[in-house]
This record gives sequence, structure tokens and C-alpha cells, in this order.
Amino acid sequence: MTKSYINNFFFMLILLFAVIFAGCGRGDRGNKSLNTVTIKGSDTMVHLVSTWAEAFMTANPEMQISVTGGGSGTGIAALLNGTTDLAASSRDIKPKEVELGKGKGLDIFQTPVALDGIAVVVNSSNPVSELTLAQLKGIFTGKTTNWSEVGGSDGKIVILSRESNSGTFVFFQEFVLEKQDYAASSLLLPSSSSIIQEVSGGETAVGYVGLGFAAHAGESVKTLLVKKRDDSEPVIPSGAAVMDGSYPIARPLYFFTDGEPTGAVKAFTEYTLSEAGQRIVTEVGYVPISGM
Amino acid sequence: MDKIRPILKGNLIKYLFQGAASTSMLIVLLIFIFIGKEALPFASHPGLGELFGSIWKPVSFQKELFGILPLITGTLLITFLAMLIAVPMGVIGAAYLAEAAREKEREILKPFIETLAGIPSVVIGFFGLVVLVPLVKEVFGLQTGLTALTGSILLAIMAIPTILTISEDAIQAVPKSYKEASLALGGSRFVTLWKIVIPAALPGIIAAILLGMGRVIGETMAVMMVTGNAANITISPFESVRTMTATIAAEMGEVPFGSEHYGALFMVGIVLLLMTFGLVMIGQRFLNKFER
Repeated sequence: MTKSYINNFFFMLILLFAVIFAGCGRGDRGNKSLNTVTIKGSDTMVHLVSTWAEAFMTANPEMQISVTGGGSGTGIAALLNGTTDLAASSRDIKPKEVELGKGKGLDIFQTPVALDGIAVVVNSSNPVSELTLAQLKGIFTGKTTNWSEVGGSDGKIVILSRESNSGTFVFFQEFVLEKQDYAASSLLLPSSSSIIQEVSGGETAVGYVGLGFAAHAGESVKTLLVKKRDDSEPVIPSGAAVMDGSYPIARPLYFFTDGEPTGAVKAFTEYTLSEAGQRIVTEVGYVPISGM
Repeated sequence: MDKIRPILKGNLIKYLFQGAASTSMLIVLLIFIFIGKEALPFASHPGLGELFGSIWKPVSFQKELFGILPLITGTLLITFLAMLIAVPMGVIGAAYLAEAAREKEREILKPFIETLAGIPSVVIGFFGLVVLVPLVKEVFGLQTGLTALTGSILLAIMAIPTILTISEDAIQAVPKSYKEASLALGGSRFVTLWKIVIPAALPGIIAAILLGMGRVIGETMAVMMVTGNAANITISPFESVRTMTATIAAEMGEVPFGSEHYGALFMVGIVLLLMTFGLVMIGQRFLNKFER
């Protein structure tokens, strides 16, 4: 009895070391080799980037590409610290970050690789089906608090936002809220899927998610049409509407590199912009860059 | 056992064992030092006064505010409510298991309690999001189920096993003679339990409660998933609150390294650390008293 216990203990110990050293090995490989590319950044883009990476590695078996998420800011920070070759970001780089890079001798280079539309979602029982950008601003900044003020039935609006670590949070704040602050009562949810979950059960909730999420949200969630101004046509968010600019809440998704991409990074970036790469963009639920 | 003893006398082995035992102390010290080091710049630049504000708005195009008051009240509200549920259930459960339950019942109940203690918090959070959130919304007729109450119920579920197991040990450690004396004097079983056994085990029970409280204050994932994370200052269980742990977890990933926001998060960490450290210290006091 005791003996087998001790044996078990040693087995666990060996297993533990094996795991630790296996971890080290992977870390050491790093970005030294010419044929490896490390990509870090936006959680929004992680699915897209890893799909690109898989397709690219299938076509070029000698290449090795590792993709991690963590958020746009995390990716840019990693680029500045030299721990990644390429940062994927769903927001513009901030002047502060460019400055920080210059201080470290980095010349940040930006490549737009895809577009993403952001859809505003409500419960399907909500009679409201279209809003203007101004009305959206009013709702999310907390000036409009009741659905009856925007043509719905009486009910206090429950605002659902992403957490402040999300690139979508920042983009929505900058573009729709015109840099005003979100209402203090906004619920900050950790993921797009939790926003969908909450909207599908909450008759008075309103939230925003990426186009891909809204498309697969299910029957209890309704995507709102958005009007630029009172007199403009309401537009349903779609790939085509984002591409021709008629749907207003859209943003580019970027790759950031130190200087213009070279070597394996260049090959990968070129692949993402190629016809095959942009086809993947559509498949994954984002919008290809116009002019491709 | 006897064969091992001579080896133990060797100094090397002794130091090895001593080292293993004191590692946790060293780690606690290091954590204090390093978290303090990261938080220090915040104390000098925006200044500690910034922390006493009542608005937490770390990402803003207008003015960033780092008042941690709503985070502290959020954590305290959730902890208080969770304790309101967990303490009676834990202590009464312990009393039953220690004093009234038959051996068969104990054999059936104990494994379940131990399993409950071992369920990962993210799984409990998932359960909360899918089951408890809609339930709370329905039962109390709220607009959203993402409330402080929902979080506290989940936390109570997590704290009950801790409180129950340690309280049960404390109750069982009460000398049999106390009980026998009470019963001999004509006290009923309930009176004996309520007036004699529980008071005698009280220091241990209080220690159990404090340790359970430590678990509640430190819990992150489950809370982040179900409380809505709006930085409100409120005492209503039906409003959304933002806890200190959820704030750190949600925002740390994206925060620009070395920024004011970064420092503020470490400050939140220090406050949290001091709170749990204080609790454990008080808990230890009671435990010592009970062992004596």
C-alpha cells in the first residue's frame, strides 16, 4: 500500500518535470529561426489569424506560425517588447504606443488586412428595429434611458458592453459614442458570447458584437438596422454594406510589424492579402478589404 | 518509518525539509515586494488620493478615473451576502454531520461535500451564467439576472464546503465529557448542541468562517461571469457590482505596460492582498485559541 503510494508520488513528480521542461523547450524556440512567425494580439482576430496560419502552413510546410490572443493591447505591448514578430490588432495604434516604440528603436508599420462590422443587437421581442447613430450614442452614454424615447415600448434600457480590455469597446466608444464615456450603469461582460446570451434572455437589453457573432446568434436575438443620420436609409450590417461603406459602424483590422515586413512575416502578410487569404476572411465571418 | 529516521538526522535533509516548509512564506513575501514595486509609481504620479474617488473609469477619451471605492464596496457587498447564505448552511450542516448524522449518512454526504469543494470556479461560473442568471431574473422579476445576488449565491456554494468541513472538525474536537455532563444534567440533545457544543467549538467555527470568507473575497472567474461588472456603489443585491478581483482579471490583459491604469490595478491588488492577509491572520488567531 505505502509502496505503491510512493511510486505514484515519484511518477507524478516525473510527470511534473516532464511538463515543465516541455514548456521550456517550446519557449526557447522563440522567433530566432527564419521560417517561424509568432503572432500575438486581438481576441477578435484570433480565429481569423489562426485559420490563415493553418492554410498558410498547409501550403508552405516549412513555415511555422504560432498564434496567440490576449487582446490588441497585449499584442502591441509584445511587439514593443520584442516578444512577437507580428501584432494583430482590432484598433489603431495609440500615439503613446508609437512613441514608446520609437524610444526602443522600433518603427511601427501598419497593414490593414480585413474589415469588421459591429452589429447592435437587441432581443427579438423588442419592437425597435432601427436606430440612428445619434440615438445609439444617447443610449450608450446614458442620456436615453427608456426604450419609449426611441420608439419602443416602455422599459428601462439595460446597456451591455464589452470589458474595457476589448478593442471593440474602444472602437465603439471612439466611433459611436464620439469619445464620450459609457453610462456608469453599463454592464461590462467578458465576452461577445455572454452579450449574445444576455440579449437573448433580456427583453430590454442592448449590446454590440462583431458581425460574425451577430450572424450566428440565433432566433431570440435581433440585429438592428443603423442609420447614419435621421434622413439616411437604414442599413442592415452585412459584408457588402461594410465593404461599400454604407454600414457606418465598421473598422479595419490590422497587422503591426517593426518596419515593413520581411522574410517569413512578409510571405505571410502577402498571403493574407491574396485572393485565397481574403476568401478565408469571408468564410470566417469578417469582411474582405475593398479593392481586392 | 524507523528506517527513514536516521537519514532525517542528516543536516542536508533537515534543511531540505525546512526549505520546503518555508517556501510559502518566502513566496508571500516576494508577492508583497513585487506587487508593491509595480504599484509604487502610481503612488507618486497620480497620487494615492486618486484611489479614494468614487468612480472607476480606467479607459476613457475624456478623463481616466481610478477611484477604487466602487470596487471595494462591490467586493464587500458580495462577500456579505455570500456569508449570509454560507454561514448558516455551513455551520448547521457541520453540526448535523458531527452530532446527529448516522455513519451511513456521513459516508454518503461527505464525498459530495468534498466534490463540491473541488469543482473549478469557472465551471461553477458557467453553471451560474446558464442556470442561475435566468433564474434570478425570473424569480425576482428583474430586467437582468446579472446581479450582486447571483454572484453571492455562487460564492456561497463555493464557501460552504470550506466552512462545513472545518466547522465539523471543530465540533468533533469538543471533549465528550462536556456533552455527557450536559446530557446527564437533563439537557436535551438540541440544548446540548446549541448551548454547550457549539459555544465550545466557536473559535474553530469562526476560523472556518474567516477561511471561507477568504475564498469568497479572492474568487474571480465565477464572479466576473455573473455580476455584470458595472462599477456601481450600491447596497442593493439586485444591482450589478464590480469586484476587485474581476477588475484585475478583466483589465490586466490589455493595460499598456507601466501606465497609470497598470499601476492602479496593482494598487487594487495590494488592497485585496491586505484584506485577505488580514482575514487569514484573524482566522489563525481563532484557530490557535481553539487548539489550546
